Amino acid sequence: MHEYEALIVGAGGAGLYAALEASKTGKTAVLSKLFPIRSHTGAAQGGIGAALGNLEEDKPEWHAFDTVKGGDYLTDQNAAILLSEDAIQAVYELENKGLPFSRTPEGLIDQRRFGGHTRNFGEAPVRRACYAADRTGHMILQTLYQQCIKNDVVFFDEYYVLDVVMEGQRCSGLVTVNFSTGEIHIFKAKAVLFATGGFGRMFRITSNAYANTGDGQALLINRGVPLEDLEFYQFHPTGIRGLGILITEGVRGEGGILRNAKGERFMERYAPTLLDLAPRDMIARAIHSEIQELRGIKGDGSVDDFIYLDATHLGKEKIEAKLPDIAEFSRTYLGVDPADKPMPVHPTAHYAMGGIPTDLIGRVIFNSQGTTYEGLYAAGECACVSVHGANRLGTNSLVELIVYGRRAGQHMAQYVKGADFGIVPPDVGEPARARLAELQSQRNGPDPESLRQEMQRVMMENVGIYRNGENMAKAKNTLGEMRQVYTQIKANDPSKAFNTQVLEILELGHLLDLAYMMTACALNRQESRGAHAREDYPERDDKNWLKHTLAWLEDGKIRLDYKNVDISRWAPKPRKY
Amino acid sequence: MKITVEIQRFNPESDSKSYTQKYKVDAEPTDRLLTVLLDIKGTQDPTLGIRKSCAHGVCGSDAMVINGKERLACKTLIKDVAQGEGAVIRVEPLRNLPIQRDLMVDQHKFFKNYMHVKPYFMSSEEPKEKEFRQTPDERQKFEEGTKCILCVSCYSACPVIQEVNPNFLGPAAIVQAARFNDDSRDEGFEERLLQLDYPDGIWPCESRFECTRVCPRGIKITKTINLTKRKIQQHKS
Ligand SMILES: Cc1cc2nc3c(=O)[nH]c(=O)nc-3n(C[C@H](O)[C@H](O)[C@H](O)COP(=O)(O)OP(=O)(O)OC[C@H]3O[C@@H](n4cnc5c(N)ncnc54)[C@H](O)[C@@H]3O)c2cc1C
Ligand code: SF4
Ligand code: FES
Repeated sequence: MHEYEALIVGAGGAGLYAALEASKTGKTAVLSKLFPIRSHTGAAQGGIGAALGNLEEDKPEWHAFDTVKGGDYLTDQNAAILLSEDAIQAVYELENKGLPFSRTPEGLIDQRRFGGHTRNFGEAPVRRACYAADRTGHMILQTLYQQCIKNDVVFFDEYYVLDVVMEGQRCSGLVTVNFSTGEIHIFKAKAVLFATGGFGRMFRITSNAYANTGDGQALLINRGVPLEDLEFYQFHPTGIRGLGILITEGVRGEGGILRNAKGERFMERYAPTLLDLAPRDMIARAIHSEIQELRGIKGDGSVDDFIYLDATHLGKEKIEAKLPDIAEFSRTYLGVDPADKPMPVHPTAHYAMGGIPTDLIGRVIFNSQGTTYEGLYAAGECACVSVHGANRLGTNSLVELIVYGRRAGQHMAQYVKGADFGIVPPDVGEPARARLAELQSQRNGPDPESLRQEMQRVMMENVGIYRNGENMAKAKNTLGEMRQVYTQIKANDPSKAFNTQVLEILELGHLLDLAYMMTACALNRQESRGAHAREDYPERDDKNWLKHTLAWLEDGKIRLDYKNVDISRWAPKPRKY
Repeated sequence: MKITVEIQRFNPESDSKSYTQKYKVDAEPTDRLLTVLLDIKGTQDPTLGIRKSCAHGVCGSDAMVINGKERLACKTLIKDVAQGEGAVIRVEPLRNLPIQRDLMVDQHKFFKNYMHVKPYFMSSEEPKEKEFRQTPDERQKFEEGTKCILCVSCYSACPVIQEVNPNFLGPAAIVQAARFNDDSRDEGFEERLLQLDYPDGIWPCESRFECTRVCPRGIKITKTINLTKRKIQQHKS
């Protein structure tokens, strides 16, 4: 049995920042199923938002307001204010740790425009996104990993967390499997942080990595932890046609324009002030409508129709300097140079606003009063603070990783000094060991690959950009049945070491649980808010639904409760851009 | 189009040596090779061992030797490596590192060399203002090294490691050192110098350019190594 005061699960931006903080005073280790630098934070492109005001006047208060309005008022306002205030310090700290931001001629951190980020409460777009070309996430991940090396942080690479050890309301360790041997390893800890990222892989078209399978969220629901606001899932408007690979909003931040088959800048009709820099939920819906109304490029209204993202007027030099990776993705996967021709794009499943409920220092919450577990933390995309409410603004995820990853890490550092180790029974790994043995029992079972594809289709068609009660009710039943089928799945690969099939089957189980829960939550919420757009309830309903959902999965059934939204600063208003 | 994918297989639990297995598949010319490999894994042979994550060339998980050349499977389209019906694509694990299983190699030595060069920002002072100032030109000077995704392709393709000195630090580690040495804000050059200037350090490089040819991020690796050699020589004289 391994023993560490603080354990961090996940080596993306949130996990690494927390590890840097926790390891200052506590004996800390990071466990990650991927090599740390392969984490999906490295794929983030466009920027990290902070009101530095390096190019024009900006204020944290404006950033906080945009975050709240962008989240369609489901954002906890105290969390958003904290986010926007701490963002400034966070960005400077990253720079001081060596992060190679792009620069202004004066040598300051350069900033660009991004969707939904405005000056003076919605007047016009503002330059708030700090960036390093279109590789901002790569630079953040590299910088944090480098600092971890410098500070001798301990890593267990390619350790896959299978379960969490709970003693009542307290977390005392983890059950993991070492990928390179197939052996179960037990870790004892005073405090555990989950920073396991998102779960875009439940959809057919996604910007997310194969590894984004919601493991942390799924492990915790099986230990009775609720999830918050799972019904809010963001579709990013511009994924590469057919593949879903992300084309950053930074393209529009630099002046790129969305056009339909007639060449019209259609956002003029949907968001007259912010146009192509309106929030993502609105643009994704606008694209959907253009396609439905047969103004997509193919013009047949089909699921694989698309529109154009035009950056040709930016010129080759600007594109190569500010968006070099985008240019390369476009050339590699589309055979199109964005300086010559517009890029064919359509919405792609991108980001989970909901997740493991936490308070403002990352402690996991287990009821509607906000009571927290002891020694159990979450941060990053897997968590829900909630700063993103019903729809996240671009650049705010990277901010969240740094701001809330750091806050959680700091609190852990302090907490472990005053806490004792809990009890980890010696046989705590047995259920996991039995599960793996059962999976590898060499009997016949249903085919995991077709189940995965079916789940991705069901989610894409029924719980995507637009939703309605009838289809979701059917989808929920289907997913319930699929969860039954899943229990019969067996692995054909009998090897212990380097067994990718076994892990992929476990990941599929996680996705199915979350898909089922998301569908139930989306079916339950009878209004439209942010990314949750119901055809049968097209209006936002503050009277009945200005509240966070908490959902539990208990013996295959969903139990729901609600939690108040912090609206202490700005009263909810209709959302126009 | 119908093609054959020939994959070098090895499972340490059941095989004494590597062998080739052929899979027939129907693929679109614009499909990513990674997708095709995962289709094979999903529908023909779930025991195929392969690492992957981002699927668009930014995480460095799926470098392998494709038709004799190091490439990322997710950044390789079928039409890049197979011409016409019946074409054969040969896929092998990276070279110069022990094979773990099928297309997965043990990257410990690569990462050990990477960490050896102290690949992190060092500065003794706090910035005078909130950020260290740096002009766009100064920033551009170390651009190349920041692009590296530690995919191991260059290390695998290096003929010096293969034929001359298996303990050579390797291209990526030097690129990573240069990323900091050339950063106007950094003060770690002297410390990193010790990590580069020794017989197995930077000097075994013979400018054979294989690393530069395979780097999926288009980094001018050989040039970066030569500039770093020159910087060390100038510093010492
Ligand atoms: C293409 C793309 C572009 C983006 N661009 C931006 C942007 O410009 N600005 C912005 O703000 N946001 C952006 N985002 C969103 C943002 O990048 C992510 O939300 C964020 O990086 C998530 O970070 P994380 O630390 O929570 O998790 P991740 O970086 O996803 O890391 C998860 C970690 O958990 C580990 N893990 C998972 N499961 C297990 C397990 N069972 N056992 C052990 N370890 C496990 C993984 O190995 C990994 O290390 C983008 C997202 C995508 C997909
Ligand atoms: S230098 Fe290029 S080939 Fe070598 S590890 Fe970095 S990205 Fe890969
Ligand atoms: S899977 Fe990330 S580089 Fe290919």
